[in-house]
Amino acid sequence: MSGTPERVLAKGNEALAFGAVDAGCVCYFGYPITPQNEVPEALSTLLPERGGRFVQAESEVGAINMLLGAGACGIPSMTSSSSCGISLMQEGISYMAGSHVPGVIVNMSRGGPGLGDIGPSQGDYFQATKGGGHGDHRNLVLAPSTAQECYDFMFKAFALAFKYANPVMVLGDAVIAQVKEPVRRTPPPGALSREELDALCSPWRIEGYGARPNGSPRLLKSVYLAEGALAARNELLMKKYQEMRKEASFETEAVEDAELVVVAFGSMARILRSTLRHLRAEGHKVGLLRPKTLYPFPDEAFRDLAPGRRFLVVEQNAGQMVEDVRLAVNGAAKVDWHGVMPCIFATAGDLARPVLLALKGA
Amino acid sequence: MNAPTAEDLRPREGEELVFDTNPVLNERVTHYCPGCHHGIAHRLVSEVLNELGVAPRTILVAAVGCATFTYDYFNVDSVEAPHGRACAVATGVRRARPEAVVFTYQGDGDMAAIGTGESIHAANRGERITAVFVNNTVYGMTGGQMAPTTLLGQKTTTTVQGRNMGNEGGPIRFCELLAQLDGVAYAARCALDTVKHVREAKRALRKAFEVQIDGLGFGFVEFLSGCPTNWHMDPIAANKRIAEVMIPAFPLGVFKDRSKGGEAKDA
Repeated sequence: MSGTPERVLAKGNEALAFGAVDAGCVCYFGYPITPQNEVPEALSTLLPERGGRFVQAESEVGAINMLLGAGACGIPSMTSSSSCGISLMQEGISYMAGSHVPGVIVNMSRGGPGLGDIGPSQGDYFQATKGGGHGDHRNLVLAPSTAQECYDFMFKAFALAFKYANPVMVLGDAVIAQVKEPVRRTPPPGALSREELDALCSPWRIEGYGARPNGSPRLLKSVYLAEGALAARNELLMKKYQEMRKEASFETEAVEDAELVVVAFGSMARILRSTLRHLRAEGHKVGLLRPKTLYPFPDEAFRDLAPGRRFLVVEQNAGQMVEDVRLAVNGAAKVDWHGVMPCIFATAGDLARPVLLALKGA
Repeated sequence: MNAPTAEDLRPREGEELVFDTNPVLNERVTHYCPGCHHGIAHRLVSEVLNELGVAPRTILVAAVGCATFTYDYFNVDSVEAPHGRACAVATGVRRARPEAVVFTYQGDGDMAAIGTGESIHAANRGERITAVFVNNTVYGMTGGQMAPTTLLGQKTTTTVQGRNMGNEGGPIRFCELLAQLDGVAYAARCALDTVKHVREAKRALRKAFEVQIDGLGFGFVEFLSGCPTNWHMDPIAANKRIAEVMIPAFPLGVFKDRSKGGEAKDA
């Protein structure tokens, strides 16, 4: 880490830590795992310096439940981990979702299944976007593509977590985590102040009833045993998830006259941007669509682009986001897929061939 | 028959009030079985919180098991924890709200089986929380399966021949286990079978909260409790079992006391 206070040279992991403290994070709970260790290492200094709390938990199970406790208090808090650690957190994430508890969960994912490898992978797409834990629940999922977005998306993550009283996952990978690049440390548009976060949670947070004028006790829970009670609760959750749909976000590049729109997120989108710019310069009509939110998925962008175009989904897994693309396109355009196996470092040149094949309709 | 209302429970004309409710425990009829000791444990917790005057800033972390619904009875802010994770959730609450009084209320399966890791590490960090541990040697809510504290030879629905050392291991003495940790400021085991024991239990519980309030560390109190339903006994026989079978296996006493005026003891 070096540079001025406003502009620093930072790894994605360090940018996440800066983003967290600048966005108002008070508590961090986490357990070491590669490739995200710079997140807890940085926060173990940054948070106490600002009056916050850092706890190295005994496990990811411990960490996510600490986050549940702090989130229930309406205190901006986070954890971070990687793939196998996130698997262990799924129980707590499900309880947070069921209890309407906010919290930010960073997943700088690694290759799996099992212990896998520590290199880049997008194999956690399903785990992140389909709920991940038991029961019908959803997490908002943000997919940064640069160190700058790692910083910016932490503001967005805390704002969304408190706006919807819901877990928010920031999903990166080993490339996003470890690449070092300049980061502007200024709050992005839409960042909420601590006072605004407090105002969002004041109607439901637990704090001790003495803190409130009416003094009636509050309870945050996910168990509903009375006949019809869980159905009503889940309808409330589904309504919330429907409202979340308006948070879908994406960016496009050179799609207006594109015959082929390449779809990628995170580090793969970063690499493909170079591939596509190079192919454009050679006269190929190719463009990029990059979802910035993986849940909610930007379905409408696909529907708008589908007429007269075809899609190629490129992701570093064995075919996960492609299912959401096909659901969004719903038969209105051809959808091809190209997978990169985990912990393979694809170059911009490597990805030119699958793009050209898809463009020719092979 | 409808459950009695709060009004029904007030003394009628000609009746003398000898034992009243306190504001920390509401007047709902509990879901606990006849003869269950959760009622006594709840009463003790409510009396201690009331006497210490801390209920308005108290946060209860509810566990999973028969104790799940504690939040229906205590008039304090509450949050539900997943099974076994109460001490981790309480850690989050404690760190988020340094001014709060935080306690967990957990059964033996919750704290000493599925939640062993979370419990031991919260205790070892010296989290300023109080854990109320109800040990009745059986899984109550799920219908009488073996608990980590089930006694050797005790028959449960998953040890129909009796708990066997060779297959299931022996009962965990959780109080002794926690007492050895430096973060634990107070650890005591009490029983709820007699008036004398209940009075001792209240004194221990008060200390387990005081060490938290005084910033000394983790407070722990274990209550040996009866489960007539899953022991297949009437409440009187269940009380007798506590005295004759449980206490010899789980010795009563203060295993750690770093409270003000307390005498430090080794486990």
